[in-house]
Formats: sequence, C-alpha cells, structure tokens
Amino acid sequence: MIRAAVALLATLVLSSPLLAAGTVSDFQLDNGMKVVVIEDHRAPVVVHMVWYRAGSADEPPGQSGVAHFLEHLLFKGTDTLAPGEFSATVALNGGTDNAFTSYDYTAYYQRVAADRLPLMMKMEADRMKNLRLSEGDIVTERNVILEERNMRVENNASALFREQLAAAQYLNHRYGVPVIGWRHEMAELGLDDALSFYGTYYSPNDAILVVAGDVQPDAVLDLAKQYYGVIPANPDLPAERYRSAEPPQTAERRLLFRDARVAQPYVVRSYLAPERDSGAQTDAAALAILAEVLGGSTTSIMAEKLQFDSKTALYTAAYYGGTSLDRTTFELVVVPAPGVTMQQAEDAMDDVLSGLLENGIDEERLARVKMQVRASEIYALDDTEGLANRYGRALTQGLTIQDVQEWPNVLQAVSVADVLDVARRVLDRRQSVTGWLMSEEVGQ
Amino acid sequence: MIARFILSLGLLLAALPAWADVNIQQVTSASGLKAWLVEDHTIPFTALELRFRGGARLDAADKSGATNLMVGLLEEGAGDRDSRQFARALEELAASFGYDLSDDFTSVSAKFLTENRDQAVALLRDSLIAPRFDEDAVERVRQQVLSGIMSDDKDPRDIASRQFRELVYGDHPYARPQSGTAETVTALTRDDLIAAHKSALTRDRVYIGAVGDITPDELAQLMDTLLADLPATGPELPAAAALNLPGGVQVTDYQTPQSVVLFAQPGISQDDPDFFPAFVLDLILGGGGFESRLMHEVREKRGLTYGVYTYLADKDGAQLWMGSVASGNERVAQAVQVIRDEWQKLQEHGVTQKELDDAKTYLTGAYPLRFDGNAQIAQILVGMQTSGRPIDYIATRNDKVNAVTLEDIQRVAKRLVDPAHLTFVIVGQPQDLPAN
Repeated sequence: MIRAAVALLATLVLSSPLLAAGTVSDFQLDNGMKVVVIEDHRAPVVVHMVWYRAGSADEPPGQSGVAHFLEHLLFKGTDTLAPGEFSATVALNGGTDNAFTSYDYTAYYQRVAADRLPLMMKMEADRMKNLRLSEGDIVTERNVILEERNMRVENNASALFREQLAAAQYLNHRYGVPVIGWRHEMAELGLDDALSFYGTYYSPNDAILVVAGDVQPDAVLDLAKQYYGVIPANPDLPAERYRSAEPPQTAERRLLFRDARVAQPYVVRSYLAPERDSGAQTDAAALAILAEVLGGSTTSIMAEKLQFDSKTALYTAAYYGGTSLDRTTFELVVVPAPGVTMQQAEDAMDDVLSGLLENGIDEERLARVKMQVRASEIYALDDTEGLANRYGRALTQGLTIQDVQEWPNVLQAVSVADVLDVARRVLDRRQSVTGWLMSEEVGQ
Repeated sequence: MIARFILSLGLLLAALPAWADVNIQQVTSASGLKAWLVEDHTIPFTALELRFRGGARLDAADKSGATNLMVGLLEEGAGDRDSRQFARALEELAASFGYDLSDDFTSVSAKFLTENRDQAVALLRDSLIAPRFDEDAVERVRQQVLSGIMSDDKDPRDIASRQFRELVYGDHPYARPQSGTAETVTALTRDDLIAAHKSALTRDRVYIGAVGDITPDELAQLMDTLLADLPATGPELPAAAALNLPGGVQVTDYQTPQSVVLFAQPGISQDDPDFFPAFVLDLILGGGGFESRLMHEVREKRGLTYGVYTYLADKDGAQLWMGSVASGNERVAQAVQVIRDEWQKLQEHGVTQKELDDAKTYLTGAYPLRFDGNAQIAQILVGMQTSGRPIDYIATRNDKVNAVTLEDIQRVAKRLVDPAHLTFVIVGQPQDLPAN
C-alpha cells in the first residue's frame, strides 16, 4: 500500500505545474504596494483583496480592538462614498464583500464578476486614504463590535477560556491580547484612536493587493497602477513592525477555568513555538508534520492510543499555527471520556508525548501524512479564494511568494529526525500553559 | 480571524443555481441510476455529491438519533476493514469522504484523485453498502454523540433551536433534535443502526452530482459500482408537519449575557408560483446581507446586534420564513421591537421600485459567482435535482428573477407577510420584554 502511494506522489508533483489553475505572478508598484495575481480561468469570477500589514498585535497599548474596529469603520463613508455605499455598490454589481482582522493583518475583499474589477479597485483605493468618520458612526459601530464580542466570546465559555490561555501563554507579546479586544478597552475606543491607526498603517507601502480568478496578470498590473499607483507612499510608516519579544519562558503555567455553561470539560496544553520564517521554514514544517502525526486525524498517535486503545479520551487533537509574524503556539487538546478525571486525561497525554520522544515515529506514519499534504495541494487548486488567502496571509506575516511555493517541498523533506528534534525543543513544559475547562458544579 | 459579519448560509436557497455556461450532462447507468455531470478536466480530481431523501425525520420517537449515529459510523469500519484500517486506507488514497445529515436528507460529499479513483470508489462503496457497526466503534461514537448532546444542552443557540422545534413542530419528527436525546441515544442497539442504514440509503431516493476529471462513461460505471447493491426502496416518509406559530414571544431563561433569538412565520414552497417574488421579498427584508432592511435598521442605524438575517426554509414537510438575531440582554427587547415594526411596515407598504431593482441586479449578477469550484458545483447539481428543477434550469433562472414585477411583490407581501403569526423564541435573560 505504502509503496504504491509513494509512487503516486511523484506523478502528482510532476503534473502540478502544467495545470491551468493556480498560476501565480507578482509585481511591485513604485509606491511600494505589492501585487499578487493568481489565475483561474474556470469561471468568469474574480476575488479582489487588499491586505494591510497591520493587525491587533500592532495596536497601541490600551486600545485593544482598534484594528478590528477600524476594519468595521472602513465601510462608513469617504469623500465620495456615503456610509454603506461601498457594500451597496458591490451588491448592485452582483458581488459580495467583507473584511477580516487578525493579529498580524487586516484584509478587505470583494468577489465579483471579473469585468467589475476596475470598480472594486477604484473604491478600495479610495478608502485607503479618504475615509470620513463622524462621532455618530463611532457610537453605533462600537455597539456593534461589543455585540460581536458578546456573540463570539461572552456567550461562549470555550472562547472565554481560550482568551485566558493566550493571555497566560504570552508574557510580553501582544498575541496575549484578543483580536476583538478586551471589553473594557473596546468600550473606550474613540474616533481619534481609529483615525490614528488608520493614518499610521493604511497606505500603499503597507499593503498587498491580491487578485485571483479569471484575469490576465498584465491587465491587473495596469489597473493597479491606475488606481493604487497614484497614491503616494507614507514616508512615516514604521520601518519595522514594532513587537515586543517574549523573554525566555521559564515557568510552566496552569489555569483552571470554571463556567456553569460548560457541559464537556477538556484539557488544553499550549507550548510557545517557532513560526515559519522567510528562507527558514524547516522547524515549522517539522512542527506541522508533528501536529498531524500526534493529533491530525483518527489515525494519529493520540487518537490511536487515547481514543482507540485506552479509551481515555472521546476526542483528541493537535494544532500548529505556523503562519505567524512572531512566536506562535503548538497545542494539544484532550476531551476525557466519561469517568476519566482531568488529571488522568492530562497524564495520558503526557505519556503519549514521552512515548513519542522515546520511541520515535514510524516511517510509514510519516509517509501517510506526507501523502495527505501532497494531495491537499491538488484539492487546494479548486479553491481560488483559499489560494488568495494563503498568499495574503504569508505576505503580511513575514514570508515571500517563494516561501509559499517552497512550503510543500519543505514539508516533503521533513525527516523523522527533524520531527523528533523539534519536538524535543518545543515540548518543554517550562514554556507551556495547561488549561482545564470545567463546569462550576463539577468538584475534583 | 474575525470578520465584519457572518452570512447565514443555512437554507438561503443558495442551493438554487445559476449559470448558462455550465454544461450539465445527464448520465444514466446500466442499472438505471441517473446523475448530472459537469466535466472539467483542469484539475485531476472529481467531486461527487450524493443526497438521499429521508434524513433524520425517518427516526421513530423512541429511536431518535438512530440515523445520526448510523451516519457517524459509516466510515468507522466497513467491508473487511475495521475502523482504523478504513481510516488508514482512506489516508493512503488521499481521498476525502464527508457524511452529513439534515432533517430531510443524508448527504455524502466525496473527493478523490483521478490516479486512484477505482480504489477510492471501492472504499466509499464499502462504507455505503457494508458498514460494520462493530461494537467498539458504536460505543466510541455513541459517547462522542452523547458528549455533543450534553454540550448542546448548555449552548444558548442550540437551546434556542431545540425550543423552536418543539414549539413549532409539535409531535412531528422535525420537533426532535437530529442527534436524539441522551436517553434515546443511550438505548440505541446495533439492530437499530442496521435498520436505520436500510431505511436511509436507498436507490430510489438518491440524487447524484459529479464535477471534475471524469467522463460520462466512467461516471455511469462508477454509479453502479457504488450504489447498485443498495436496497431498492425505503420506508414511507412522514407526512407534512402542522405548524404551530402562535405569534408572540417565548422566553427560556438561561444565564448568559447575550440573548439568542430565533423567529419565524409561515413560509412558501419553491413550487409555488409566487416563490420568486417571495424570494426577492426575503432578500430585501433580511436575506441580503448588509443591504437588507433589517440589517440597516437593527445593526447599521442602532448598533443593536452584530447580525440579523432571514431566509425561506423549504423543507419537504414544512415551509417557514425564518430569521435570527442576537443582542445583549439589556437591548434585545428593542431589537425584537424593531424587527416587528419592519414586519408590519413590509405588510402595509411593501417595497419600493428601487429596492426591487437593486435586489434583481444583485441576484442576477451574483449568479455565476456560485460556480467557483468542483465541490460547490456538484452540490448545486444535486440541489437542482432534489428541488425538481429541469436540467436546463440554469439558463432560465435569471429570467425568472427579472420577471418579478413590483405588482407581484406587493401582492405576495400582502399574501405572505404575517405579523400576527411572527413568533419569537428567545434564550437568555432579556430585560424589559413586554408580555405577548
């Protein structure tokens, strides 16, 4: 079985560059704006995105949530567009639009028929510089983001728990503060805060244009020059994104979060971990493979040992968020089976980890994971918007187009020794947080 | 990553498709199974969508959750492979099989590479025809389902959904949660699962869509390999539900900061001649993301919520015009009032010509955007078949939208919009809510 699978992989890799979907071109405008074009001519559709290298981790202290708040406010008016007119115009052209914010980026996008691209560029370029906000916009939209926080976080015990975990994981870095903001700071956000963030970061030299779909790269470049190329670069854009670095983490942290709304308790262990860095993605690739090997599917080690063999757990998982500007996390989750205590579940997880470090990993297991990775590249070609997101995220998080394109090969090159080496360095309890999410009425 | 708003895709009828350039072929197998196919050899894989009419409503009251547990076990051991062997085989082929259940349908979404298509299809066949229901797998998945049920009991959204079903559907199977209750799921036996499997996956109730790197002949053969050995027919489906929508507000007290609200009034069938005007009407009221009246009034003007949405839900046995909103306990009464006012306004004054024109421009322009991937197109092909659309429907769909006149829509607003039966189910601790 395995040999057949490995032989198949060679075919897949060879055939990839010949595909009509997924060809990538890139340019840079004179004002510093980067342009990435991903071709997919299967349908007359285009995704137009502008990504800013500014997210919640770039916010000034005390103003948590302002990056996301500003993202909402960008749908209010400009000199030439009335409040709401942006989205209304997109809809009138049969398109949909939205925006999203994370720690390292804020992005705006529209999906429209390919011949509407110039209009999208015109409007997106307009709001890069010409936003006009009133105090009324601020009060109403602040209530909206507070309701958004209610929905995503306050109404959800797991989300509240995860906020506490992140805050405990990062001793000095802004990844410890939620993207949506702490409620007490969100409630105080004002017009000046939003405009200050806008003035600092929203300019072509801080932005990446990603256009994906039924377009020709040269035509996109011409349009980009016409609409974005005329906006002057901001000379005062901070030369480097200022981020306070984590000190050495030398003390294991433990949390117990109780909430009456918890029905199913679980254990989370999170370790500080290296991220993908430009030209140096090997450790991250090994961690990505480690996450798959440990908890990526029902054939992973944790699932086999804890769900199938010992029946200690109802569910297990491992996550690694490798695309990140700064130090990221490697996480494990164990949901104990009925009758299993939290301590037993945690101990069983630790037994799996020490077993892995002692006994290593079967080559066969690694081959299976790599087969999955390679096939996912084929399936990814069916999702143009997903590809656009992949490039936008990478370019706002310290990577280059070359890094993105090399990533599948870096993953394939990972050896068992690489995985064990990175596991030994990262799975260190001193740089970890262990959290127990439990109901209020459950005693230990 | 947090976005500006979440579009509720639920039953938005986004399943109604779209676009003249999509060339759909009907493929008939030797044994008589029919499929709709869009051939596209750009990427070396195929997306296959199967939908079996039936779904969770097939469960008897005391076996509630049987179909759900059965569907959860389809890839937990089949043919000569136990659960772990099956999972490994699937990974080695890098195929992906997804199994899903709704009130009306059991769905299977498969993706497989061209290079090992035959092996992937053989594996999928095992899971559909010969699931093993091994005792240890049944117990493992049963515990997972029970854990999910316990969590649902404490999630305000799930509580609201359950309260809503019980209120509206009475003793119809739609009233029961798809995954069953702790009591019924605990009591399910292996025989119950075998019976559920026989009832849910049958040849006469399957709809098939395929998109990607496969020819009609290959698909015809694939269908027979995959499905020819299923039972020919299934048990009778439940009759339509008698809807209880008394109007007013039903509150379930639950300690959480934001109240979750579901609301509904009687809806309309896709087969009704007034369906298209109703569809446009819903878009204007609350189905159209930011441009809807409700989004303007509740969110943009007053900041009372992050999102408010409506949609026409057309189940086999129930037609509802549904909506949802969530607001802080201290503000939810106001949100409910604004929604009620908009309902009244719509009934009394209908919509403007500009609203109608804008909605039509949006709907017709948004058309081709749905056809943006093999898997999405396969789902659309199946959706067209389950709603009884003709194979050339896509080419005529925009005309149907464009044919809606202001007169049609005002007439349908008078006929359909029904503030007296607009019923709210609220979970949370809403303040200052006037009695019904």
